[in-house]
Amino acid sequence: MRARLSPPAAENRMKNRHWNNTIWGTVAWIAGLVFVFPVIWMVLTSFKQEQDAASNPPAWTFAPTLAQYGQVFDRNITPFLLNSLMASVFSTLLVVLLATPAAYALSLRPVAKWTDTLFFFISTKMMPAVAALLPIYLLVKHLGMLDNIWTMVVLYTSMNLPLAVWMMRSFLLEVPREVLEAGEVDGASLITSIRKIIMPIVSPGLAATALICFIFAWNEFFLAVNLTATNAGTSPIFLVGFISSEGLFLARLCAAATIVSLPVLIAGWVAQNKLVRGLSMGAVK
Amino acid sequence: MTTLAARPDERTQPPVRPPKGGAKDRWVRRAPLLPALIFALIVTQIPFLYTLYLSTLSWNALRPGDRPFVGLDNYVTVLTDTRLRSALLNTVLLTAGAVVFSMILGLALALLLDRKFIGRSIVRTLLITPFLVMPIAAALLWKHAIFNPTYGLVNGIFGGSTDWVSSYPKGAVIATLVWQWTPFMMLILLAGLQSQSNDVIEAARVDGANAWQVFRRMTLPHLRQYLELGALLGSIYLVNTFDAIFSITQGGPGTATTNLPYEIYLTTFRKFEYGEASAAGVIVVILTIIAATFALRVISSLFKMEDHR
Repeated sequence: MRARLSPPAAENRMKNRHWNNTIWGTVAWIAGLVFVFPVIWMVLTSFKQEQDAASNPPAWTFAPTLAQYGQVFDRNITPFLLNSLMASVFSTLLVVLLATPAAYALSLRPVAKWTDTLFFFISTKMMPAVAALLPIYLLVKHLGMLDNIWTMVVLYTSMNLPLAVWMMRSFLLEVPREVLEAGEVDGASLITSIRKIIMPIVSPGLAATALICFIFAWNEFFLAVNLTATNAGTSPIFLVGFISSEGLFLARLCAAATIVSLPVLIAGWVAQNKLVRGLSMGAVK
Repeated sequence: MTTLAARPDERTQPPVRPPKGGAKDRWVRRAPLLPALIFALIVTQIPFLYTLYLSTLSWNALRPGDRPFVGLDNYVTVLTDTRLRSALLNTVLLTAGAVVFSMILGLALALLLDRKFIGRSIVRTLLITPFLVMPIAAALLWKHAIFNPTYGLVNGIFGGSTDWVSSYPKGAVIATLVWQWTPFMMLILLAGLQSQSNDVIEAARVDGANAWQVFRRMTLPHLRQYLELGALLGSIYLVNTFDAIFSITQGGPGTATTNLPYEIYLTTFRKFEYGEASAAGVIVVILTIIAATFALRVISSLFKMEDHR
């Protein structure tokens, strides 16, 4: 068929395609801006005075101020941020340490029942947290570990473990088996083949896995709101105070929301090429 | 159509070798797995066994004294209580609403992003941003900055004085969830679109198929498994929605937006009916197992496909 198409017709089609792409590109840009608009509005509002934030119709021009950010830090958001940082960083480290060897034992050098084990891990992810809340609460209380950040580290580790195992497995499967086997034949030890063959291929995936676990731990709310209070409260807990609509507070809310969302926004933008793979447990590349 | 089977960038992965060798080799293979497995078993299974035990007790934490064993009474109470049924219905409606709408929007956006245009990667970054905003921050942003009757953006731009959250509580919650989850669906569907062979589509175009025919006959069937995966994973995450309910509506007005997680939360920490909350938890787990068995079948088929490529 291609041969029968005369050159001008083909050229026309190309031109049409070009036009189409311009039009749909513009539509895509508009859609992108509409979607991101609430976030832009949040950041804009965070630089307003409360009077401007609560004006109707909305104030598009205003004198920017950092007053709301000052307020948020005066109200002591720092310990909440530090708690979140601790819970997310330590749980992510623990997850990576547990999940990477496990993923290895489920991919490159598999145990006998590797499929069953993989499905066991994913089934723990499907278990709704709400069904485990009360026993966890009672056990943690019994151990005297309520409102303790290490409790959150352990829980976030178990929350992210299935995701990390599945994700790391999908990255490990990309290590070409022939190269590994050639290494073994040449007498390379396990350590050498991990260091020289596996790590260089897997490390971007490892970084992406860590970032995604960090995101989920940082954003977690349900367990945090029920198991922490003043000592171990994480950043989502700082926002609980903004639930009621009494008083002028919108600009301050937006400042706090911007601060607590920033680490995840950065982590997500950095990891965006691997985001879909992590969220689909490695099923989609 | 054979061109669909292989794309140049797909490396064929040899099937995983079945383990062989003696007991020592088996333990060498198991060793790296054990820490993670034991950790997961302890942290996830012990609480569940404890829930089973608690669900057989008549235990209200506000009532001092003993906690008699009552067998299946809590299950009878919970199953005959209309609250749980309405919470179940709300869970289904909220989850299905959010999944369906975010899927439709996600598909439209993925189709747009599958084209070449200037600044495509910037637009993609813009589109995934809502997913990265902390869920409770997003919920509060929508509740106060967008839906508020006096200074919210919706009424500010379009006029009127509708109190969106109390007039349309389910709609308000779903809108917030859809805004957050559309990027997720878009990413999965975009990955699906980009794994489609260009040559075949080009050939169909040359053969005179119009855009709609190509979409209907080729793109949609190809996307089917990605649509399934998106719906499945979206449902797993969204069934547990708590942040948005807790902060936007507190389950109200009345019980209009009380879903299962929120209902169990109320039973546990507002009514302190530990026995009943546990029974409800066990029922949720049973429902999840039913849904998950179906879900795992979908994942499992995808999984086979990945391995056989």
